[in-house]
Amino acid sequence: MKPAPFKYYAPQSVPEVLDLLNEYGYDAKVLAGGQSLVPMMNFRLVQPAVIVDINKIPELSYIEPHDKGVRLGAMVRHSQAEKDPLIKEHAPLIHETMPQIATVQIRNRGTIGGSLAHADSSAELVVVTTALDAKFKIQNQKGERLVPAAEFFVGLLTTSMESEDLLVEVQIPPMPAHSGWSLKEVARRPHDFALMGVAVILTLNKKDRCTEARMVYLSAGDGPISAPEAAKLLIGNEITPELITAAAEKAAADEIDPGSDIHATAEFRRHLANVLTRRALEEALQRAKGGN
Amino acid sequence: MTYKVIGKRVKRVEDPRLLTGGALFVGDVNLPNMLHAAFFRSDYAHAKIKSIDTSLAKEIPGVVGVYTAEDMGEAWEPGPPLVSPPPTLEGVVFNSRRQVPLVKDKVKHAGEIIAVVVAESRYIAEDAVEEIYVDYEPLPAVTDLEKCLEPGHPLVHDDLDSNLAAYLVQNKGDYEAAKKEADLVLKRKFKLDRGAAVAMENRGIVVDWDQKNQHLMIWDTTQSPIPIRNGMAARLGLRTHQVRVVAPFVGGGFGPKIMMFYAEEMVLPWLTMKLNRPVKWIEDRKENFYATTQEREQVQEVEMALSKEGRILGIKQKIIHDTGAFDPYGLTTPLNTQSHSMGGYDVQNYNSELFVVFTNKIIVTPVRGAGRPQGIYVVERMLDIASKELKLDPRDVRRLNFIPKDAFPYNHEIIDQAFVELVLDSGNYLPAYEKALEKIEYDKFVQEEQPRLRAEGKYVGIGVVPFIETTGVGPYEGARVAVEPSGKISAATGVGTQGQSHMTSFAQIIAEELGVEVEDVSLVSGDTAEIHWGTGTFASRGAVVAGNAVLAAASDVRKKVLKLASKILETPEDELELEGGLVRVADIPEKSISLGELAVLANPFRGAVEPGTEPGLESTKYFGPAYGATAFGVHGMILEVDPETMMIKIHKYIAVEDCGTMLNPLVVEGQIHGGVSMGIGNAYYEKLHYDENAQLLNASLADYLIPTSAEMPHIEVYHENTPAPNNKLGTKGVGEAGAIPVPAAFAQALENALPDFNLEITETPLSPNRLYELLYKSEE
Repeated sequence: MKPAPFKYYAPQSVPEVLDLLNEYGYDAKVLAGGQSLVPMMNFRLVQPAVIVDINKIPELSYIEPHDKGVRLGAMVRHSQAEKDPLIKEHAPLIHETMPQIATVQIRNRGTIGGSLAHADSSAELVVVTTALDAKFKIQNQKGERLVPAAEFFVGLLTTSMESEDLLVEVQIPPMPAHSGWSLKEVARRPHDFALMGVAVILTLNKKDRCTEARMVYLSAGDGPISAPEAAKLLIGNEITPELITAAAEKAAADEIDPGSDIHATAEFRRHLANVLTRRALEEALQRAKGGN
Repeated sequence: MTYKVIGKRVKRVEDPRLLTGGALFVGDVNLPNMLHAAFFRSDYAHAKIKSIDTSLAKEIPGVVGVYTAEDMGEAWEPGPPLVSPPPTLEGVVFNSRRQVPLVKDKVKHAGEIIAVVVAESRYIAEDAVEEIYVDYEPLPAVTDLEKCLEPGHPLVHDDLDSNLAAYLVQNKGDYEAAKKEADLVLKRKFKLDRGAAVAMENRGIVVDWDQKNQHLMIWDTTQSPIPIRNGMAARLGLRTHQVRVVAPFVGGGFGPKIMMFYAEEMVLPWLTMKLNRPVKWIEDRKENFYATTQEREQVQEVEMALSKEGRILGIKQKIIHDTGAFDPYGLTTPLNTQSHSMGGYDVQNYNSELFVVFTNKIIVTPVRGAGRPQGIYVVERMLDIASKELKLDPRDVRRLNFIPKDAFPYNHEIIDQAFVELVLDSGNYLPAYEKALEKIEYDKFVQEEQPRLRAEGKYVGIGVVPFIETTGVGPYEGARVAVEPSGKISAATGVGTQGQSHMTSFAQIIAEELGVEVEDVSLVSGDTAEIHWGTGTFASRGAVVAGNAVLAAASDVRKKVLKLASKILETPEDELELEGGLVRVADIPEKSISLGELAVLANPFRGAVEPGTEPGLESTKYFGPAYGATAFGVHGMILEVDPETMMIKIHKYIAVEDCGTMLNPLVVEGQIHGGVSMGIGNAYYEKLHYDENAQLLNASLADYLIPTSAEMPHIEVYHENTPAPNNKLGTKGVGEAGAIPVPAAFAQALENALPDFNLEITETPLSPNRLYELLYKSEE
């Protein structure tokens, strides 16, 4: 279980990384925390000719306030985000998500940027940043651009980044007022890839009518899967148990597209999506009403 | 018997080395000039090899050689049959087909080795493996236990008429007559699936042929160093003294490491002798899933006849047991299933028909539990189902059927893995069962806790399952014990150690006999240079068989010590005592001599040794029991299930064990903890998924789910002691016990938690997905 031969670079700055990516294009792979890439290399599922290790670049590990929300450098480790007070205050959904990701060992090493750029559809951060409408700052030799989550994740393990691009920052907007959130997932063991999961954000007006509802699913298709039709059932209404049931059923039956594998059939995953959506909406509603 | 050291909670003397990285594992062996091997393994489970092209692989710089079966010439031969069928059974069909070092013409399971690369590093060797090209003709795979014996089914072994590996019937009493008297005859079909042992350390081997010395050195992660030495010498045309096998610290055995010879063990010695350089191979985790033996897959049809009071009148059983592509380990595992299918119950009529079948899956040999969990599972499930049908308390049904205390030794009349009728040597089952019910607070749970939690919307259930474990079978083990001139004790035994704490518990026996500290005993296990005879670590027999050999050798040394000391101290032997490394006169403690001084006197540099005596204070002794010592235990759990998500949490777990005399309770409890972890895996998490092509779909620890510490409940262990009558220590084995009852207890608890769902569990493991199907989908 040894990787195929590769060239290794450990640049000290972002411009050096961009030079290397420009030079090697698709032959190069960026090594961040290595929690997905290194096992895949050892299994020889991927055999990049060039590894660009960005662990020697200290300036990508910041967490800062940004526009009432927060922004995170791509090299922030999961455990750093997990313990960060700014994230706890301004991005409570991210804060709650962190302990549900993998194991302590993986969180100590894995990075926010690495997880997002890997774009695994069962990754919690992928669905949570989609639900939060996060923005991704991408740089290449020509300049930088800001891409919203909906345009960042484009398919199975695929983002809209090109080979010369480097993800340098994620911007998390603030949670709107009168909003509640929840992340519910079911995994065989807590650290496993979840069989099913959903991130929910609900926003209410002063009369407790729903003004905004987002439900984004993991392990439910080729990327983060949203359920806009189910959300429509909620928006404009006072949310009742009956509406929650209807929305959960709608999303589970019509809007997600989970696959079958050795751990769960598509049918079981739809069943779980229904159950988890109901539970997540109930929790989010309670929070939006000021429960906690 | 009261002991000073045996039975004490002595901390393991091997732990400081293990915990600080100071212990030698095979992976630590690095020799000058050493080469590394990597294997090209078949992707197909069943395919003819049309051609093999190794030319590109050979061109890679750093590659020393690439070899196929053809290159081995006359050195190519299959592995030895390890365990033949019991000669005492009549009418046994047994077709012995053994694994090969490198596949010649037809691949019989995915992962079989077609070629080996030897290179200057493992990296280069693996690069070269990628450049080997094999042209296959894929064949339909044999996977289905129930269909594989049908006429016209594809064959794993073309020279056989069918996929039948073995057939036998065991009978006790007259089941059909008993059935006529029955008030209830239950019939159920059970599916028991495959798991892997998943030792933390995979297999590994380092070989070093010393041409000038004509000596082959082998470091191997085997549970069985002496048979490996003997077999290797025979294969290679060497004398046994030309081969030394060392099984150093090994990170878990669990059964698969008793298998011999694995293909890699056949290839590497040939390579080192051919190339005259040391060669190393360390199995990686993916290889471990494809190349290391597995266990547990059976389909059973079981019929149980009972009286209306719940008395078992008889059991009839048909077992189809999957042995995988080969059957080197004979019938050990399914014989264990048969011998445990009556549990610890007094069953007078039993008829069991066994079909062992070849499939294109990885080879099956014992894995901790070794056929026993399947037997216990079916008998316990049948009793649970019968209790419901008869509207009886499942506890009363068990109480009624236990073999009573005064019936021991009790002959179960079933030929078991020891090739003799299983005689349960001793036992006192009912008190242990009652203790388990008391410790888990069964009455309080069902009367108070369960209704209260149910009212809160929580689904909680309780399961309590008794079991027997046959342990401590022969043929024999040996031990050598010697007093060094320093007064310290050196000892050796042939059983390898893979975490069983031999260095501590055997040292306790010696310390007890010779009046020294445990720390003063240095025990070598698993080095053929230290002891010549032995079999290995398996069948929960180390403490019983090797332990009693250690006792015999230590007792003999004690005699020699007393005899010599008596002469020197001019005191009769019965007035002497051994204490604190000294022999002293009991009444005059200041009149003493140290063991070290005695050792020097026993090995004089000049002068004559008395005729008829041996030099030194040393003894080698063997112990071989006529039949084994059967342990007993009861496990209970309380679990909670979420019937919407199918997620399960075990809230309480208790184990009552009776392994006779304990050498060290800490070690016994550790064995229970580890066993329970494997059992929880077998019940809920661990399943090897093979598809219709006999491809293993989850050959990694990301997809093969073993319980981690986070999934483990706290386990309370309680002890009973019914000493084994047939060995001096009175010990019974406990190494496999923990794993045996868990799936049965889990199923009972789960059914108990979900009374409204009409749930009946007849399969293990039970994944959340499968539970969902059972609860919400009508069966096909």
